[in-house]
Formats: sequence, structure tokens, C-alpha cells
Amino acid sequence: MPYNEPNPAEVRVLSKRFGIPNSQSIDVYLANEGYQAYERAAKMTPDEIVNVVKASGLRGRGGAGFPTGMKWSFLARNSPKPKYIIVNADESEPGTCKDRLLVEFDPHQLIEGIMIAGLAATSNQGYIYIRGEYRYLIDIMNKAIAEAYDRGYLGDNVRGTGWKFHLATHTGAGAYECGEESALLESFEGKRGIPRIRPPFPAVAGAYQSPTILNNVETYAAVPSIFRMGGEEWAKLGSPKNGGTRMFCLSGHVNRPGVYELPMGFPLMRMIEEVGGGIRGGKKLKAVIPGGSSCPVLKAEECNINMDFDSLAAAKSMLGSGGVVVMDETTDIVAVALRIMRFYAHESCGWCIPCREGTTWLRKILLRIYEGHGVASDVDLVGELSKNMLGRTFCPLGDAAAMPTIAFVEKFRHEFEAYIQKQVPAAQPDPLLQLASV
Amino acid sequence: MTFSPELEAKIERMFSQYPPDRRRSAVIPMLMYAQDEIGSVTRELVEEVARRTGITPLAVDEVVTYYSMLHRMPLGKSHVQICTNISCMLNGGTELWEQATRRLGIGHKEVSADGKISLEEVECMGACSWAPAIQVNYDFYHQVTPQKLDEMLTQLGAAR
Repeated sequence: MPYNEPNPAEVRVLSKRFGIPNSQSIDVYLANEGYQAYERAAKMTPDEIVNVVKASGLRGRGGAGFPTGMKWSFLARNSPKPKYIIVNADESEPGTCKDRLLVEFDPHQLIEGIMIAGLAATSNQGYIYIRGEYRYLIDIMNKAIAEAYDRGYLGDNVRGTGWKFHLATHTGAGAYECGEESALLESFEGKRGIPRIRPPFPAVAGAYQSPTILNNVETYAAVPSIFRMGGEEWAKLGSPKNGGTRMFCLSGHVNRPGVYELPMGFPLMRMIEEVGGGIRGGKKLKAVIPGGSSCPVLKAEECNINMDFDSLAAAKSMLGSGGVVVMDETTDIVAVALRIMRFYAHESCGWCIPCREGTTWLRKILLRIYEGHGVASDVDLVGELSKNMLGRTFCPLGDAAAMPTIAFVEKFRHEFEAYIQKQVPAAQPDPLLQLASV
Repeated sequence: MTFSPELEAKIERMFSQYPPDRRRSAVIPMLMYAQDEIGSVTRELVEEVARRTGITPLAVDEVVTYYSMLHRMPLGKSHVQICTNISCMLNGGTELWEQATRRLGIGHKEVSADGKISLEEVECMGACSWAPAIQVNYDFYHQVTPQKLDEMLTQLGAAR
């Protein structure tokens, strides 16, 4: 069973089979509209398939929000090389825990979405890159893939149509950076997960330098419902230019944290109050990180906002990967900023100097402030250092570290200054905690 | 170097899933699954993976040093991974981490003297809505309280 109770405000399209006993099995999937979308797509040309996805307004659920149909249309279909479908199941953006459920409770929905991408790409091979920590999901996925082979949905002659399509899982080994598409491809090829220079984009030179469609789990999982409902109908579930529903991962100081499927454009305050049951312990809301740790924080007064890509971009933040982290009035923003920077410093792959050195120095300065040894100029230094990282790296990890940090300092400057004014005497560090905390 | 028949079968299947001239793709999965069986990434394993995938041991070493789940030293029988990233931190993850280090007397990536338990402070493991979360080997534990952690550690063989 899913880990949290569903909420009446949810519009359950991708998660509609969650909670059905044995929802992972192909029989339950087939009994609940499973593989009907594939049957529909199999009668279409690749261009027609891409047009349905375009009409749905589906935008990448991994974080960037790029229109999926457009991404698929860029694929170099005329290339003589094989085409690949790669699934990014390297979910690791802090605050995000949705792809896990989509694989755990409905692996066949994911397979069906991958198949439709395969038809659009005239591909014969797909791979699901699953983060190493999700070992149990690899077992679930492998079982579902074996079932799909047994029933002829995968193999040399899919459902007797003559189309060959194979699918396999591939484990990662612990690296946030491998959630970035080009680093994922390097890792998939058996190398360190460092980003590639783009262009060329994966649509032209992806896996094994061949044309590749690479999307997030939730993006593929949305595809079957699009083909069952029709692109236009699916689009109407969401807000303009932000089609459909998405899985929001509500965490932090709310009464009912959980993963909830809500229409795009759902108001954030309703999400916190109605879906999340309000702030725990009757405390006041202080701030929200709206889409995973790389998204600039919103102050309480900025939270009257609709949760879609464009509304958040207008508020100078991002919808990101759907990780909504709610913080109450007792939250120490300096501690939050430090923890997030420790994460990025640990996960920076080291390839680009602005990111490698920037995250390391930001972590050191934030730690110094937090431990009570900051100097007055440190607050500006944190902001400046961050701004100097922006746009100067091959992949977005540098930006992901800089953007939230800039927002923390700009919106909660007084908290950083309070730490500096406090000037606590040097504490004796606990030797057991030391290695981990620096 | 030979692996168990199950792992050998798994590796054979793995190679059949990548294009014949792309055996290198199997490097990371092979290291992960073999590490599970052997306990750590030994010199011998590095050389074996290199031999089977047709790359140099150095190229395998480059991979081993990059990924946080690959380790050269054996871990404890139970590898306790405590998340202290944002959602877990807001829900007491840091306190759980401190509690575990005190109880066991070991720190980050250290193993208890009897080899039963090792500890690691980890980054987000994808359990944010059910925080604070802990992973013991590959098993997830959600909404862990200090009491629950104490019981878990006792069950795993930690001294009182």
C-alpha cells in the first residue's frame, strides 16, 4: 500500500492504480486499462504520436519543465544509428520521492510509456537507469519487465506487429550528479558521472553517441494516460501551458506529509492547508522550498501562488521536481542553507571549477557563520560567490547550488546577520560527528 | 575470479542487454552486484571487472572512486545509513544521526569493533514525505523515532 492516505483534493490519473491490491502485476494492469494506450499509439505514425504529446502540454517532470513533445520531435530519427530510450530513475533531488512510488506501485504504466516513446523514436531498445539505493525497485521493475516479455509487450515481435523492442534496468551506484542527463549517459556507459558539453543534445548524440530520448520516470508514466484521454483532454487537467497533473511530494512541518497527485497550477496554500493538514503544532508558516532543494525559497507571504512552471518562474523560483518542503516559524534558515550546501559540495562531480570550488567555499563560509565565527562581510560574500557560479558550469548543478543560496541570503539576511552578531565562543567539536559535519 | 552461479548468470544476462561492443556499460552494475556478494570492492574484483569489460583496471578505479555506494573496505554486517538532508533534518534526522554515533561510539563511514554495524550519514534517499528515514543495507525505514532507532540498533546487535 502507498505510504500515505490519499486526499480528496487529488486528481488521480498517474496514481489511479495505487492502492489496488497487487497493482504491480500485469494482470491487474490489464484489468485497469493497461496497455490500451500502446494499442492506440501502435496505429499512429511517429509524427502523430509526437503531436499527441505536444497537444497534452506535458513538460518534463524531472525539474526543467521542458515540453516533452518538443523534446521528442528533436530526435534525429533519420540517423542510421540505433535510437535509444533512456529512463531517468535516479531520483535524488532533496525533497523528491515520487518516482519511487510510480515504479513501486505501477511499473507497467512506466513500461507502457517507454514503449510509446519507443514507437515515436522508431527505437528497438530502452534502459531504465535506477539509483543504486532503490535496489528493491530494480527487483520490482525486472519482474514487471519479465511479465511484459511473457505477454508479448516486449521482445523481437511486440504483439505480433513486427516491431522489436527490448527493455532492461541498469543500476546506478550513488551519485546525485547522475540525475543530470548527460552525466547519466556517461554513467550508463560505465564511466564517472561527469556532464557532457551540449550541443549536441541527447536527441542527436545520447547513449553510445546515438539519438536518444531521455526523460524522467514521471514523464514517461504520464504518457499512457495522455493516449487514453487524448492530448487536449489531458492538457485541460492542468493550467494553461502546464498540462495535466503531477506528483507533489509534500514534506517538512506539515500534519500530513505525503505524495499527492494534484492538477498543475494547484494553489500552494491549499496544498499546505487542505492537503497537508496545515502546519504541525499550530505553528506559523515561515517559508517553502517549492520544487526540491535547488529551487529558491518562498517566504510565507509569497506562498499565495499556483504551482505550475510559469507561475513559479514569474516568482523567480522553480517548480522543479515537485518536492515541496514546508518550514515553520521555528526553522533556522542558516542551518537549512548550510545543510543544502553541504549536499551540493558533496555531490559536485568536480569537473567544472566554479562548481567544485564554489560549493566547497560556500559550505566553509556557511559553516563558519553557523558556528558563530562569521564576519560581517561574509553575508555579502556568500551572495557574490553564488552569483559568480551561475551559468558558468557545464551542467545545472552549479546553478542548483547557487540559486537557493542567493534566495536564502536575500530573503532572510537578518538571520545570517544575527548569527554573525552573536559570535558564540568556539565549541569543542564532537570527534564522532566531525567527519560528517564538515 | 569466479562468482556465485546466480551472479554469473546475472552478469551473463547483463552483457546480453548491452550492444556487443559496449561491454563497458556493465562496469557499474557488475561492481555493485559483486560488492554485495564479496563485501567490498577488492583489488581482485577491480581487475576482474576490467578483464571482463575490456578496459584497464585504472579505468575501473576511476569509476570506483566516484560513486558513494562503492567502497574498498568492508562495511558492517548491517550498514546503517541515516539521512540528514533537508526533509529529514526538519523532522529530527540530525538528532537520529547523533544518537546513533553516541550509542555505537563510531562516526561517519566507520565500522563497530565487532563488525556488526557500520554507520553513514547519507544524502537524500527519496523518502522525504516519510521522514526521517534510515536505510539498513537496502531496506528502508520510515518515520523513525529515537525509540525506534534504539530498538533497531539493539536488534542489529549494538551493545547497550
